[in-house]
Amino acid sequence: MTTYRLSHLDALESEAIHIIREVVAEFEKPALLFSGGKDSAVLLHLAVKACWPQKLPFPVVHVDTGHNFPEVIEYRDSQVERLGLRLVVGSVQEDIDRGSIVEHPTPGATRNRLQTFTLLRVLEEGGYDAVFGGGRRDEEKARAKERVFSLRDEFGQWNPRAQRPELWNLFNTRHRPGEHFRVFPLSNWTELDIWQYVESESIPLPQIYFAHRRQVFRRGGMLLAVGPYTQPRVGVAGETPFEVSVRYRTVGDMTCTAAVESSAVTPAEVISETAISRVSERGETRADDRFSEAAMEDRKREGYF
Amino acid sequence: MELLRFATAGSVDDGKSTLIGRLLYDSKQVFEDQLEAVEASSLARGDEYTNLALLTDGLRAEREQGITIDVAYRYFSTPKRKFIIADTPGHTQHTRNMVTGCSTADLVVLLVDARMGPTEQTRRHATVASLLGIRHVVVCVNKMDLVDWDRKTFERIRSEFDDFATRLQVTDLTCIPMSALQGDNVVDRSTEMKWYDGPSLLHHLEEVHISSDRNLIDFRFPIQRVIRPISSSDLHDFRGYAGQVASGVLKVGDDVVVLPSGFSSKVEAIETYDGPLAEAYPPMSVVVRLAEELDISRGDMLCRAHNRPNEGQDISAMVCWMAETPLKPGTKLMLKHTTRWARALVKDLEYRLDVNTLHRDVQATELVLNDIGRIDLRTTVPLFYDEYRSNRVTGSFVLVDEGTNATVGAGMILRQST
Repeated sequence: MTTYRLSHLDALESEAIHIIREVVAEFEKPALLFSGGKDSAVLLHLAVKACWPQKLPFPVVHVDTGHNFPEVIEYRDSQVERLGLRLVVGSVQEDIDRGSIVEHPTPGATRNRLQTFTLLRVLEEGGYDAVFGGGRRDEEKARAKERVFSLRDEFGQWNPRAQRPELWNLFNTRHRPGEHFRVFPLSNWTELDIWQYVESESIPLPQIYFAHRRQVFRRGGMLLAVGPYTQPRVGVAGETPFEVSVRYRTVGDMTCTAAVESSAVTPAEVISETAISRVSERGETRADDRFSEAAMEDRKREGYF
Repeated sequence: MELLRFATAGSVDDGKSTLIGRLLYDSKQVFEDQLEAVEASSLARGDEYTNLALLTDGLRAEREQGITIDVAYRYFSTPKRKFIIADTPGHTQHTRNMVTGCSTADLVVLLVDARMGPTEQTRRHATVASLLGIRHVVVCVNKMDLVDWDRKTFERIRSEFDDFATRLQVTDLTCIPMSALQGDNVVDRSTEMKWYDGPSLLHHLEEVHISSDRNLIDFRFPIQRVIRPISSSDLHDFRGYAGQVASGVLKVGDDVVVLPSGFSSKVEAIETYDGPLAEAYPPMSVVVRLAEELDISRGDMLCRAHNRPNEGQDISAMVCWMAETPLKPGTKLMLKHTTRWARALVKDLEYRLDVNTLHRDVQATELVLNDIGRIDLRTTVPLFYDEYRSNRVTGSFVLVDEGTNATVGAGMILRQST
């Protein structure tokens, strides 16, 4: 006898599809933020499912910091090709060249915060009124308080104190011209849910999510790759490079994303490592969240992802 | 693995954040770096112990003021279930936040300080939970360590609360004596209270039976999107209706009726990206194809010929008011119900409900922020609705201010108004 019960993953999937369809039905010009990371890969997969049998009726937007892992750019392009997507790229480098934003003079300084300018510029130029993001509430404390449909003012700013109450699955999509929504269909997913879903749906991911050998060094308790933007400082104790088997838990800028030691080469093996991990994914691998207790809240207020 | 969504509520000092911190920590959902950050902050604040409340208070203003401002969502799982917690603050915007947290919850956890017993706020929270259709309420009698783990104190609070709950529509009430600070009866059974033979909170959350709470009888399918044929592509024959099953079970071959047109047809296929299905049930998101080509648009609803929702423009509902400007008869608002928007006129305020005493104030002329009351509405287009008590999806709506676009009210439909 059937019990008419959905597993937690099926329930999360159905909720996300419902959210995506509400956006397609009620907004004029949606877009989907696609970083090439695992959350945006899952988001894209869900969007394809939600819109099936039609093709995605909106473009995917990528903010290219110029400091991306080459594997991620390759992956992005292969997904665009495979799914026949429209890709809009916002280049941080171009905004720097134009003088719109000024880069920190330190070589290899993170462009994490600079991205916000480029992101908002691309969204404004595209006239998008709803932008899907892969943010999850379990990632970070400020995100835990954000709505699924999160209103941004004319300046792209988030005001955490003036959020609309969000009840049942009835989403209030009304907004003024110039305002837009960030929509987070993965709000209720955890890192483990993402990996379980990647496995059960066979969602392709960039290779750097799986164990590979790489030259790394330690800094501030994190494992950084030896690469064009991050190099061990000569004479700094403890920054001696060594080769080890690593994978990435998050994929951001090469300048601020660290690796973890790992032997996991399949999603199933990543799941077993994740299940016993004692450090959060952002805490372990993202220097950008380490500035202060409210680092994420501050960036979100300015219009960050 | 099944999903259980629960809301937590309690007064400022009942230890709610500590309880959640404890659930996350003892079920090993708190990572070392998060705990280190909390330990450092606790030390900086001068707390005598690791303040687990800091795990949940996410916004700068919350940490600075030591209060919780907004509903926060937390996640943890055990081998048995995945849990989503809607953590609702007890003081500011209490009713609004509680209503929001309860709207998606299967169960509510209320905290009571063992030294005080149930307060006005406990009763208010229980009332709101009951109004929002929550069938399972767990009362955690916290800080038992401060009353020397005294059995009589616990029994007295339990019977006091039982008396109040009989006046509400709570079908399943459980009381658990605990110390969130020391971890007694949170995840593991307490060794201090041998007289208590019930489950720990986590054990109860893992075992409580929720699947029969869903409505599998009355088939309702609000249309979210119409997928129209595209002549130039290989979809030129495809016409389908995308949506999420609100209630009931739909099978291929079933006869269905479309509202508002009243046309009937047969279900030809239930489709998804992953392939066709033989049946669909809540809360599945699917695409339904019908045998006939009918004029159907977003906001319409599929149901069965002999089991239809109410249909009409006049409804009576309990509303929780969430705006600074009071709600008065004559107010015009936007209303979203299932996938349908309408304009609504508040015709009458029948009464304001005193959520502490359950007294109905029929003299009330307005509802102010955080008030709950019964109103009569007239909508510009017909709604297809059920009583909230029998259907949380087709029985709920939100009210939106036409000028500011703010969400200003949450409504639970009672019946057709006269």
